[in-house]
Amino acid sequence: MKNTVQSILVALVMSAAAVFSPPAGAAGELKLWNWFEYMPQQLLDKFSAEHDVKVTLDTYDSNETLLAKLKSGVRGYDVAVPGDYMVAILIQEGFLEKINANRLSNFRHVDPKWADVSFDPGRKYSVPYQWGSTAFSVDTSVYGGDIDTLAILFDPPPQLRGKINMLRDVNDVLNAGLRYLGHPRCNSNRAQLAELNDLLVGAKKHWLSFNSDGAKEVLVSGDAAVGMIWNGFGMKARAERASLKYAYPREGYTAWMDNLVVLKGAPNVENAKLFLNFMMAPENAAVLTNFAKYSAGVKGVEPYLDADLSAANELNPPAAAPAGEFVPACPPEVVKLYDRIWTNLLK
Amino acid sequence: MTRARLLLLSPTLAMIGFFLLLPVALMAVYSFLSPGTYGGVEWLLSFDAYIQFFFERDFLTDELVFHTSYLSIYFRSFVQALAATVICLLIGFPTAYFIATRPPATRSAWVLLVTVPYWVNLLIRTVSMLFVIRDEGPLNGALTAVGIVDAPLRIAYTDFAIALGLVYSYLPFMVLPIYAAIERFDFSLMEAACDLYAGRWTILRRIILPTVKPGVVAGCLLVFIPSLGAYIAPDLLGGGKNLMIGNLVALQFQGSRNWPFGAAAAVLLLSVVLVALTVLARRRALSSAGN
Amino acid sequence: MKKSKPLSAYPGFSQVTWLCMALLYAPILVVAVYSFNAIRSITTWGGFSLAWYAKAFANPHIQAATINSLVVAVTASAAATVIATAAALALARGRGFRGRGGVFVLINLPLMIPEIVTAVAMLIFFLAVGFQLGLLTVIIAHTVFCVPFAYLPIAARLSGIETFYEDAAQDLYADRWRSFRFVLLPMMMPGIFAGLMLAFIISLDDFIITNMVTGPGTTTLPLAIYGMVRVGFSPEINAISTIMLLVSVFFVSLSYLVGRRRT
Repeated sequence: MKNTVQSILVALVMSAAAVFSPPAGAAGELKLWNWFEYMPQQLLDKFSAEHDVKVTLDTYDSNETLLAKLKSGVRGYDVAVPGDYMVAILIQEGFLEKINANRLSNFRHVDPKWADVSFDPGRKYSVPYQWGSTAFSVDTSVYGGDIDTLAILFDPPPQLRGKINMLRDVNDVLNAGLRYLGHPRCNSNRAQLAELNDLLVGAKKHWLSFNSDGAKEVLVSGDAAVGMIWNGFGMKARAERASLKYAYPREGYTAWMDNLVVLKGAPNVENAKLFLNFMMAPENAAVLTNFAKYSAGVKGVEPYLDADLSAANELNPPAAAPAGEFVPACPPEVVKLYDRIWTNLLK
Repeated sequence: MTRARLLLLSPTLAMIGFFLLLPVALMAVYSFLSPGTYGGVEWLLSFDAYIQFFFERDFLTDELVFHTSYLSIYFRSFVQALAATVICLLIGFPTAYFIATRPPATRSAWVLLVTVPYWVNLLIRTVSMLFVIRDEGPLNGALTAVGIVDAPLRIAYTDFAIALGLVYSYLPFMVLPIYAAIERFDFSLMEAACDLYAGRWTILRRIILPTVKPGVVAGCLLVFIPSLGAYIAPDLLGGGKNLMIGNLVALQFQGSRNWPFGAAAAVLLLSVVLVALTVLARRRALSSAGN
Repeated sequence: MKKSKPLSAYPGFSQVTWLCMALLYAPILVVAVYSFNAIRSITTWGGFSLAWYAKAFANPHIQAATINSLVVAVTASAAATVIATAAALALARGRGFRGRGGVFVLINLPLMIPEIVTAVAMLIFFLAVGFQLGLLTVIIAHTVFCVPFAYLPIAARLSGIETFYEDAAQDLYADRWRSFRFVLLPMMMPGIFAGLMLAFIISLDDFIITNMVTGPGTTTLPLAIYGMVRVGFSPEINAISTIMLLVSVFFVSLSYLVGRRRT
């Protein structure tokens, strides 16, 4: 008995010691913090092999979660992937390392229209990752009517009631509501926000859930027949359930760009810069686009892209659809009002 | 001896005192601070976190208006926890009774059968429940195949799903203490009652139930308390729409970024639980004094 | 006594018991069965296959999470067992002392405070005192909530050992350390082992607290599973879940068997 116990204890301690000792082989480390299901393993493996770096990946599910964690003092990550307006906030809050991203060697591949952007003038902090739109997908086997309107979300036809998933994202939901009401985004007009509040609270009874990371799954499983979703994720959903269709609401929808940034105080700044540069190589950006199904921010990816992307409805808005709208970072007093509406809605 | 004892206890005192008691105290302090803009706190004394439970500022006039939406989350959590407790009792009592009246040899096998699920990962059990009850999951598949229902029953992402998840999570907590109480019951009392022409159900109500009441109360509290603070079941089975207290607390530290409010919500939850535990402890003390 | 048997049986109770067992076991059995499904479907059976297990084992995120989980569980359960053993010795031996009740409450505090409260309190604390969230904070948190689970079987075992064994040893001129090391400790071993096993599973299973105090690169297996479930249901999850189920059942049974063993 005693010997068994002792040998098990010894084995446990030894295995702990073995695991604790640094892994042999990889010379460096890179700690990546990205959205869920947004990074193909293939690219991580390739980067690991090319630069002899051990890469670890953790995920988050909204820009706000990223900001909340940074604000609460979470440190130790090297690279994160904030959206456009969030880059501006992170720069302002001093969370980003100024790496003069535009001087990285592969920056020459960046599409000129993304080479200088309002949320990071001169691209001192960030490089393009992917860009796309946020609207919603509808299961056309459940509802055959016109889907290109935000009424699907806020005043749904009877077939769709109780089968709607909203993104768990304050800006995406509130901005869609403001568009439906015809009010401007980043709005601090109290009367209009009160109207928005009423609209959302009234529509909530038709909604099934608030879910971002499960946005594809609820549609594919049939639990929801309408789901707010990002275009690439919507295309992935359609691959698993062919009756889904991505809508382009005529009231407008959000366009966004996610960007790679190096976090202030990153333990591995040099590896982080190597990674940013690596991701701007067209052949790598194309692997990412093939996986995530959004558009790349660099030129020269076309030869490497999967055939189905060029014809996909999700990546090619019809001529009649309005252009997607980039919503800038809202001023702090608007953020506070948005938070109040959002908390009120979720409770 | 005392020094040796202190030495032996010091790791416990250090570990739990420093890494649990102190954090809980700090959390209570945080509930009286002001929230930072994107999360965190500012060291300014404020009672807003507690006021927020009952009042909100009107959008147009900024006046404080009474509202019930947070209270309703607490109320909902109570109702859910209560429902779970009642269902657990209805299933748990007969089960415990049945097991306690088995021959001693098979009894311990039954007890092990009830115990094992408790030790199985709660997350995985909840996930498997979700898996089973989804619209296109095996349960609905079976129901439609047999023809009991035409269209899949909406079970997932409802309050019922949450209650089901809670029952599934904490059912063993109900069975085990009741079983322990019934096992000690002297069944010759039953014979005596029967000789006095008492019916079966009268015996159950008038003799068995009063005797095993401490076990029943313990079981109910052991289900009710964790249900009240549940996080995983409402999160996964409720679709993130039907919040319970646990989710409200977590939300303040993740998306909504109001730490003082989250801390205050946690303090209130903790207070309720501690009161319930005190009741349990006093009942235990009373019943052991009675014996 | 024999006469009372049929009398003590209530109609319907056995059916409810079977319902109870079905409720407890059906969902996990369904998951276990579907982990061997050859096709992706969760409703139709496409034949037996180990493909999802192969896929799960090859998944680098699951590999990394498994290693994290093992490191945390081994370290935290060992630390908690040492702490709990010391505490059990202090509480079980000798007469009552002032503050005994308080210490008892302290040991069981992690069981009494709702997990979500522990989780946010620890998060606030770690960030306030400037701990970087990561492996260390996860291990500290796990050690704290593992203590009562390790304590229970150890204390139960200790209370069953009469003091005359140690007294006898001391009569034979063994000093206090030797009487502990060669008499008491071996007799306590089954309890300590049972406690270690329980602490190990409890650590391996934790989600809520880990989720709050985790840091870069310290995703544990339950966190990885949660992430996968949120994103989409894959039979891979069934496969990992089934393995974790078996691990839990194995350790509980081990703990149960060893803890019951008589010296």
